[in-house]
Formats: sequence, structure tokens, C-alpha cells
Amino acid sequence: MSALLSVKGLVAGYGGVPIIEGINLDVQDHEISVIIGPNGAGKSTLLKTIFALTARSEGGIDFAGKDITGLKTAELVPLGISMVPQSRNVFPTLTVDENLDVGTYAAPPKDKEAVRESVLALFPDLRDKLGQPAGELSGGQRQMVAMGRALMSEPKLLLLDEPTAGLSPAYLEIIFDLLLDIRKRGVTILMVEQNAKQALRIADNGHVLVSGKNFISGAGEALLNDDAVRRSFLGGAAA
Amino acid sequence: MIDFINLYLVPGLTIGSVYALGAVGISMIFGILRFAHFAHGDLMTIGGYGVLTAVWFIPVHPLLLLPFGIALAIVSALAVDQFFYKPLRKLPTIYTVIASFGVALIFRSLAQLFWSSGNQVFISGVRMPVVLFDTFRISELHMQVIILTLIIAIALHFFLTRSKLGRAMRAVSDEPELAAVAGLDTERVIRWTWVIGASMAATAGVFAGMDTSMHPNLGWNLLLAMFAAAVLGGIGKPMGAIAGGLIIGIAEETATFTWLSDEPLISPSYKSAVAFFIMVALLLFRPQGLFKGRLL
Amino acid sequence: MEMTGLLFYLVSVLIAGGIYAVLCLALNVQWGMGGLFNAGIAGFFAVGAYASAIVTTAVSSKHLGGFGLPIPVGLLAAMIVAGVTGWVVAKICVRLKSDYLAMASVGIAEILRLVIVNESWLTNGSLGIAGVPRPFGDLVHGREADLLYLAVVWFCVLSVYILCQRLYLSPWGRTLRAIRDNEDSARAAGKDVDWFRLQTFVIGCAIMGLAGGLSAHYFKFLSPSATEPLLVTFLVWVMLMAGGSGNNRGAIVGALVIWFIWSATEIFTSRLPPEWVTRSSYIRMLLVGLLLQFVLQKFRSGLLPEKSPKIRSD
Ligand SMILES: Nc1ncnc2c1ncn2[C@@H]1O[C@H](COP(=O)(O)OP(=O)(O)OP(=O)(O)O)[C@@H](O)[C@H]1O
Ligand SMILES: [Mg+2]
Repeated sequence: MSALLSVKGLVAGYGGVPIIEGINLDVQDHEISVIIGPNGAGKSTLLKTIFALTARSEGGIDFAGKDITGLKTAELVPLGISMVPQSRNVFPTLTVDENLDVGTYAAPPKDKEAVRESVLALFPDLRDKLGQPAGELSGGQRQMVAMGRALMSEPKLLLLDEPTAGLSPAYLEIIFDLLLDIRKRGVTILMVEQNAKQALRIADNGHVLVSGKNFISGAGEALLNDDAVRRSFLGGAAA
Repeated sequence: MIDFINLYLVPGLTIGSVYALGAVGISMIFGILRFAHFAHGDLMTIGGYGVLTAVWFIPVHPLLLLPFGIALAIVSALAVDQFFYKPLRKLPTIYTVIASFGVALIFRSLAQLFWSSGNQVFISGVRMPVVLFDTFRISELHMQVIILTLIIAIALHFFLTRSKLGRAMRAVSDEPELAAVAGLDTERVIRWTWVIGASMAATAGVFAGMDTSMHPNLGWNLLLAMFAAAVLGGIGKPMGAIAGGLIIGIAEETATFTWLSDEPLISPSYKSAVAFFIMVALLLFRPQGLFKGRLL
Repeated sequence: MEMTGLLFYLVSVLIAGGIYAVLCLALNVQWGMGGLFNAGIAGFFAVGAYASAIVTTAVSSKHLGGFGLPIPVGLLAAMIVAGVTGWVVAKICVRLKSDYLAMASVGIAEILRLVIVNESWLTNGSLGIAGVPRPFGDLVHGREADLLYLAVVWFCVLSVYILCQRLYLSPWGRTLRAIRDNEDSARAAGKDVDWFRLQTFVIGCAIMGLAGGLSAHYFKFLSPSATEPLLVTFLVWVMLMAGGSGNNRGAIVGALVIWFIWSATEIFTSRLPPEWVTRSSYIRMLLVGLLLQFVLQKFRSGLLPEKSPKIRSD
């Protein structure tokens, strides 16, 4: 089976300084893939490069059997990719409903109302906040708005940058459950996560990124039990 | 009391409407392009002259010829953005502020070149005020200005909250990077920001020119009050800018009222200082403005 | 034009050029070193001119004055008054994005203009202040006096240049440039960014006040309509941009080059038929406006670019 997303030899950075140096990565359809790694390793940069937000200098990207190298973000959204950035991921003065609506602009769905209903079905908590400015919500609810907005374009692939950053453990559970629900709907997820242990547990695949290079890739469970990975990134004790 | 309404409040609302329409553009440009547009007053001037020229050829009421002024202002704004501001977008925005300062001079010298540096009037002759309920004396123009501004404000509100473009504009103003992540066409949003800002500026310029007379410094002289209005309303909050403009206009006019004694509270020759002091007070105590605008 | 006529024309151009050079050095402190936008240069210039004039003129029933103090005291007063005005503006705005400083500086320039026009007891309003003394005015008369004043002005240019150069190279200047280039890391390194900016703005304004004083003593007469404020402010910006912001020598060179061009076009256009003379002044303004756009886009580092390497964030 061919991968939904396939990244080959990707090099990218800021102002000519490469941050990621030759990343190879495959993401299979209908799977959750997790990228872990130390701070500053270039995880966010990798996601942003896939989504054409950071300048790529070398390498290629295929998506759903199509070469998408060099396409702009606004062209990737209609093809079925969307992203939730690490921080500042809602429009604070727009209401929750407006935030969701903005998610449809780059790739208007055929039946907007139906998409909105199905997104709200995922995040029922948002239903009675629809008229409220997103900036007034709690961190966890904001994350839901952000994910909801990204889902409004009916993506095949969802890129998530640390969806649980700064959330309470209770919310962490909720978000991880939601990710499983989203996958059930046929959306493939590629996410960066700091809570490596929990993330690898729900993930189908994991990738460890260290200073701009792919350190190791494998099935989630396998990485969880890999000695080197455990020692360096999971805080020692076996899972 | 009647005198207060006729001679202070209504003129205050009128000049406030001019500020309001100008400040909308300043606030939106500040919100979306993130710079203080110093040529906005002179854009008003250009719009005013557009209508003045149209009046020479088509002798109907100037307000009916507004589309000519609006078109001229839109073309000017888009051209200036394309040739002078866009090339600087990747630099710190202060360079664009400097460029807009230069554009103010360019607009003004063009106005002087094409339309003489003197005062010109839209309609000559004295116009009688309309008398309402035997006591309120309001000039026809003031009534038109206030009513049109009200209509524009309502239309703007629905545009910003209901239309796709209006929401996209607010989104870009809120979080430009996230707007790019959501795949919004930022350049298109910017173009529409200029179109709307320039239309309102031209309208305001015509109002101001009809209230007094057209001259090349017309817009520049209003700039400070419009900045104050935009800050008062909260940067990136067009509806706030409208409220801010009206408040500044009323404050300026009523500050010269004989509040405490027979003397005006503030000498009329210092009227234009009122806006500045409101702005200073805001920057000191509430730089985000009345309506929680963004603090850039 | 006969030779001496030309010579004295050149002298007048150089005097005005020198005054612009002082303004340009002042703006270089604020913008070139500190990254602060001042759109009210003409206001600080005017306040300096009036301060020095009031302090040095003889008794007059028309305006405040009659102190008859020596000219250096007048210039010092010009610097102090302009500096204090600048302090007030900066105090309000330094912590905000530089656009606010730009707005407030336009505002203060407008307020100062209103005060000058309206407060007749202070400035004699639109009639202006006459009899502002020239240095060594008793010793030399006529055209030779201009020559002497040329020396005075350029002595001031040199002093300000040396001062600015010292400032630029001092640890203070280095910190300032670090703030300009990367505010966040300078803040993280524990620098009091706002305090540095405040100082910068005040120093720049004081020097602008000095330039105002110099012009008052040159023209010996001062009135609110003497200069078009926006044009002065604007010319100084073009001068600094063209000369090379961040470079003190560039500031002086820029001032001279632009002022020469400006004056040369004036000679040229003054020979046009009268109906074209006013028009051509608008064309000149238009061209300067376009020149600024060109410099901003294609020639940002100016004739003499800033030499020192950008300061690293660590
Ligand atoms: N916009 C930018 N301009 C310049 N350098 C940047 C930029 N964004 C990130 N970097 C640098 O790139 C490197 C990698 O950053 P990146 O955000 O990709 O790391 P990360 O793995 O996501 O880290 P974290 O876990 O902290 O989110 C860092 O050294 C960072 O300083
Ligand atoms: Mg990151």
C-alpha cells in the first residue's frame, strides 16, 4: 500500500540556515503518526515545511499519489491537508462559529451545514459557546476550536503541532480520545507531541527527530519499548 | 440647551462622522497591514477632489457624484500599495510607515499640481438650515452627513460579521499567521482593505470639503484626530473607530462650549489639540482603546 | 551671476545645508541608532528656534523676552526646551510600537505650532519675532557676516558629529543598536529598553532644538509661516535615508547632497515664467516624495552605509 504522505530528503530552515536536514517520512492512510523529539529539534519546522509555511530548499513531498512539492498553503488545503499550529491557533476576537466558518474559506465544502454539524458532534462542548469570542475560552476549548476549524475543510490529512501543550491531564485524555475519534472518521493524523508516552500509546507509528534528522522510526508500541528511545526521550522507565 | 445642540452637538456629530469614516480605514489598515497609514488624510483629499472635478462637468448634487471620488481614491490606494507599500512588506513595518509619510506628500503635491493650492467650494451660495420642531436648526448637509454615516456604519457592521470577506478580514487582522495556515488569500484581503478604506476616506473627504471648502491640506489637517479616533476605538476594530470618531468630534466641538463660565472651556483656536490630548491620555492609561482593540 | 554673488549664494546654501546636517545627525541618533520614528522634526526645530530667540532678544513689548542673554545660552535653552518636549512625548510612547511614537510626534508638532501661532504674549503670534541677534553681530556686517556664520554653523555640525560619533561607539550606543536590531534579546539580556529609547529620543530632540536655534540666529527673524513643517521633516528623512541611516558621516553627506539638489532645482525653476514657479515647487515636492520611495526600496543602506556589523543577539 502506498503512503498518503511521503516526504523524501526534506531540507528546510530559516534565512538560509537549515533546521531540518534530510528528513524521510511516510504516513500511511488512516493512521496516527507521532513525531517526538527534544525541544528545538525542528519538529514544528518539519510540519510547517510540509504545509508550505517554511521555505524548503531540497527534497520532495508526495500527497495522495500527487507531487505537491512547491505548492502553496492555499493550494494544499483544497487537496485535503490542514494544520493546527503550536500556538495562537484560534482567531481570538472571532466567535467560535466564525472560527469554524473561516475554516471553510480555502476549500468550501459542498454542504457546509453538514460539515459543521459533524464537527460539532465531535466537540459537543462547543455547541453552547458558538457565539462567544474564541479568545475567552479555556485552553482546552480553544484547542477544540482550532481542531474544529482545521476539520471544516474536510481534510484527508490533519497536521497537529502539540495539541496538548499546556493542557491539564484531564484535558489531555479528552484530546487523545478525540484524536482516535477523528481517525475513525477516516482522517489521517500527523502530530508532534511532547507527552511522548501517551502519544505513542495511541499512535500507529512514531518518529523520533533529533537535531533536524530522523533518528528512528517505527511502530508506536515498538518505539515505546525501544531501549535507546526510552532512555533518551521517555524518561527511563519501561512503559 | 437648544443652542448647545444646534451649535455644538450637531456640528460635533458632523465632524465626528468625517473622523469616523477616515478612522475606519486607518484602523483596518493598522489591524491588517500593521502600520499607521500617514497618507490616509491625503487619500481623503484625493477623493474630495475627484468629486469636485466631477461637479465641474456634471452639475448635480456633489453627493450623487461620490462614486467618482471613491473610484479615484480606490485606484490611488491600490496603486500606492502595489508600487510603494507592497515591496516593503517583508521589512519591519516602520519602513512602510515612512513610505506612507512620503506618499502623503506625493498625494498632496499632486493635489496642488492638478487642482491649485487655494480653497474651492462644491456649491456656492448660502444654504438655509432646516428647522425641525421650531427649535432645532440643522443644515441640510449636516443631516445628510450624519444619516449617511449611520447607514455606512450599519452596512459595515453587517459586512464584517456576516460576509465571508468581512470575516476573512477580521481573521487576518486577528492572527495573520493563522490566517495563512487556514489558507486565506492574504493579498486579496489586503486589496479589499484598501478598497473599503479608500471608499470611506473619499466619502469623508467630500463631507469635510463640503462642510468647509476643498484645499490640498484638508485631509492632512484631519489626520491627527483620525488617529486618535482609531486608537480610541481600539486598533483593528472598525466599529470602534466609528464610535471613536464620533466621540472625538463631539469632544472637540463641545470643549469650546461655555461649560463653567461665560468663557469657552477651551479657546476655539486650540480645538484641534483636543484630539491630541485624548490620544495622549489613551496611550498613557488605556492604549488598547475603549473596545479592547489589539495593542500593537 | 557674477562671481561674488555666486560665492555668497553658495555660502547661504552651505549654512542652510549645515543646519540640515545638524537635524540629520539628530534624526540619525533617533532613527539610525535607536530605530525610533520621529515625524515631528519641524516641531522640535521650531521650539528650539523660539526658545533661543526669546532668550537672546532685547526687551520687546510684543513678546516674552528681553533677557538679552548671550547666544550660547540661547542655544543651550533651545536644546533644553526641545529636549524636555521630546521627553514628554517619548515618556508616553516608548513602550508602545513605534507607530504610536510617529503619531504622537506629529501631534506634538501640531500642538507646538498652535501654541506659536496663538500665544502672542510668548511669540508675537503670526507677526513673529524680529531682531534675533547674530553671533559677533557687532563685529562684522554685511555679507562677511554670513561667512562668519558659516563657520559658526559648521563648528556646531562638527561638534554634534563628534558627539554623535562618541555616542555611536560607546557602550551606550552599542546597547542601543542591539535594541534596534533585536529588541527581545536585548530585553532578555536585562537591558532597560524603554529607558534607552527615552534617552535616545531626548538627545535627538535636543539636537534638533539646537538646529532650530541656529536657524533663528541666521535669519534674525522668526515667524510661524517661515517654514512648511511637513516639508522640513520630510527633507530630513530623505536626507538621512539617502545618506545612510546609522552612519553619522552619511547623515552629513546626505544632508548636503539632498540640500544641493533641492537648491539647484530652485535656481532652475526660479527662472521659469511666474505661473510655472509655484507649480514647479509642487513638482519638486512630488519628486522628493518619489525619491524617498526609491531610496526605501532600492537604496536602503544609503550613500555611506552603516559599517559596523549587525550586533549578534548573544
Ligand atoms: N521563525 C523562525 N525563524 C528563525 N528560526 C526559527 C524560527 N522558528 C524556529 N526557529 C529555530 O529553528 C529551530 C527548530 O525550531 P522548531 O520550532 O522547529 O523546534 P521544535 O522541535 O518544534 O521545538 P519545540 O519542542 O520547542 O516546539 C530552533 O532552533 C528555533 O530557534
Ligand atoms: Mg515546536
